[in-house]
Amino acid sequence: MVFSILNQSELCEYYNLNENPGINQRVKIREDKFAFLDEEKIQIQLISFKDDNQIHVTFYLPQIHCSSCLYLLENIHQLEEGIVSSRVHFTRKEVDLVFQRSKTSLRKVAERLTSIGYEPYISLNDLKEKRPAIDKSMIYQIGIAGFCFGNIMLMSFPEYLGIDTSEIGLRNIFRWANLGLAMPVLLYSALPFYTSSWKSLKHKFLNIDTPIALAILITFIRSAYEIISGTGGGYLDSMTGIVFFMLAGRIIQDKTYRQLSFERDYNSYFPIAVSILKNEKEFHTTLPEIKPGDTLLIHNSELIPADGILTKGKAFIDYSFVTGESLPVLKDVGELVYAGGKQTEGNIEILVVKEVTQSYLTKLWNRDEFKNGNQEKSISFVHLLSRYFTYIVLSIAIATAVYWQINDNSKVWVSVTAVFIIACPCALLLSNSFTNGNILRILSRNHFFLRNAQTIEDIAKTTHIVFDKTGTLTTTQQHDIKYEGKTLTLYQHKQIAALASYSSHPLSKALAKHLLTENNIDVSGFKETTGHGIEGFVNNDLIKIGSGEFVASKSAPIIGTSIFVSIENKYYGKFLFNNHYRDAIPALINKLKREYSLSVISGDNESEKNNLTKLLGKKATLLFHQKPEDKLLYIKRLQKKGEKVMMIGDGLNDAGALQQSDVGVVVAEQSNNFTPACDAIIEEKQLSKLTRFIYLCKANNNIVKASFVLSIAYNIVGVAFAVQGLLSPLVAAILMPSSSLSILLITFGSSSLLARRMKL
Amino acid sequence: MSVIIILLIASISVAAIFLVGFLWSVKSGQFEDDYSPPSRILFDDKPSTTKSK
Repeated sequence: MVFSILNQSELCEYYNLNENPGINQRVKIREDKFAFLDEEKIQIQLISFKDDNQIHVTFYLPQIHCSSCLYLLENIHQLEEGIVSSRVHFTRKEVDLVFQRSKTSLRKVAERLTSIGYEPYISLNDLKEKRPAIDKSMIYQIGIAGFCFGNIMLMSFPEYLGIDTSEIGLRNIFRWANLGLAMPVLLYSALPFYTSSWKSLKHKFLNIDTPIALAILITFIRSAYEIISGTGGGYLDSMTGIVFFMLAGRIIQDKTYRQLSFERDYNSYFPIAVSILKNEKEFHTTLPEIKPGDTLLIHNSELIPADGILTKGKAFIDYSFVTGESLPVLKDVGELVYAGGKQTEGNIEILVVKEVTQSYLTKLWNRDEFKNGNQEKSISFVHLLSRYFTYIVLSIAIATAVYWQINDNSKVWVSVTAVFIIACPCALLLSNSFTNGNILRILSRNHFFLRNAQTIEDIAKTTHIVFDKTGTLTTTQQHDIKYEGKTLTLYQHKQIAALASYSSHPLSKALAKHLLTENNIDVSGFKETTGHGIEGFVNNDLIKIGSGEFVASKSAPIIGTSIFVSIENKYYGKFLFNNHYRDAIPALINKLKREYSLSVISGDNESEKNNLTKLLGKKATLLFHQKPEDKLLYIKRLQKKGEKVMMIGDGLNDAGALQQSDVGVVVAEQSNNFTPACDAIIEEKQLSKLTRFIYLCKANNNIVKASFVLSIAYNIVGVAFAVQGLLSPLVAAILMPSSSLSILLITFGSSSLLARRMKL
Repeated sequence: MSVIIILLIASISVAAIFLVGFLWSVKSGQFEDDYSPPSRILFDDKPSTTKSK
């Protein structure tokens, strides 16, 4: 291990030395790509601190992946004079840089990073306010609760062991020390429970934290009363104990994956600035300042940020980002181009017709439904259970009060408070949060990342699964290629492959890869017409491959994607490109078919209809030519029918549907790829396990319910003592931690065991 | 009895030191990035042959 790391960094060091003279070995980046960083206005938004001398800035570098990256980036001061220090934050993939203003500039730093292969990712998102720091208050709270709990336990021992008869002074010191130690727990550590229950009461809803906050308060009041009046030791150890355990459960459940983001919207995809042409001159401006009527200069491989009309150049736009379709589309001057497309060849100019926030793509996000967020999202069944629980506890307490009022009214106070202390639903909360936490952990180990614990329940409730086709069921990396037409000889195959390998069109590249032959055939005088095809002399035979119009000068009705071939001006046939389904898909669909209704919504044409019907069965709904908005509306219609919808998609074109659905799952080729906002991210390789994941989520609910039954059993024992007014601190001190611990063991054990049996 | 009080004070203050240590380590972000520090310590501070710092 150590050797390999050292070895790697050695390599990096060599790389450093070679690179230093200033030879750029990477793909050449357009020279003025970072020119916008010279603009004062944009700079202010990006830098975190600045004085006369130094500037502090944080860049997001998605390429960071190994310890040599760390080495190289932290030694960057040797490459660029003026950089004072750099520090990498590995899990966030960020680098904090400090540099001297006199010696270098923001632009130069960015360019230097790019030259060594770490191009800073600067998006429109950076223009907004800085992300809030991670909230650590719960960690502080649990630290303090743990400290107080441990010490109170220790100092309660003498009382339990019966020291009190001879040394009353000492006993009182212990009691008062306990009271003092319980204060920070009451006032600080238990805060999350107070705020949560207060919020739910304001919404006239009883959630699980309400009875818990009540129990904490009552336990404290009763204990304080006993200690001050000298009548007893109180139940402070139980109180601090449950606070500690419940906080631990929360922290496990809310563990976040910092390297993933579930909140992305178009802001994180769009560039921060674009070039505007005014009076033949190029300016840089931030995106929100673009107005209709401006002329934008879009460079090669840049994103079109706003809807506009093409005014100059030939656009060859890759809309894969928006539609999921991997093949670029050709647009001529005068045609409308939509925001979100990526120009793939040469520079173009477009005249903006709509502002950035008004464009077709971004409007999808600015719909009112999404602004209210997930407020109407379903409420966990745990809260409903706890409501019944609370009613039962209240009625027991009232019954106890009434009974003792009649029989022996000195015992009213003792027994009623004891009921509240012992019957707090902390076991329910514990079992819930620990099971959730464990399930989340198991799923993430299998590269299925959920946004939060509520998602587990939503997955379990799913009744209808909707798939996107391109990029989800099919992969964009591979095509199934079939040939139709006159038979080609092996030699002709080679000729075609040779020609295709000279083209830059993705289809030709795929074809060349498919025909894959060792080539030493000369190709001369080839000419490529962007978006149409390529022609050239291959060993003196004129070969044309490309669209129907280009090859045979006729526009045949095309179903699906195909490349036509002609040799010596004679039409031979065509290569048909079919989508390649992910390997795991047929088996997965077969399993899902039995339990769920399925739909496929695709932005594509109907060429795949037959294949899909075969795959999904006759009952499934297949929809084609669906725009992003249609997808959203389809999900909405299903939900109106009472279905719980799980949407599985990949691209930005599914973003609306993913938001609208009850569970939006994004398929990512790599877990740190850019993904649209969603509830869950699944790695493409793990798709085959999806049924098992769903099963595990369903089991989650059963485990919680089972442990709830167990905790009720404990509660009945406790309440039996309590109603008689016999609950001694010792009984409470044994019963509460033992019930909590046994529930922890059961939830953790059963969920882990289940996962192991399912081979997850 | 007085010995026990001294012991009590001692034990609580030792525990308190650990608590403060814990809070400090959380605050200074030691639990946020568990990858870079262990790798960082393995890099040698070689004097660079190309350019002095």
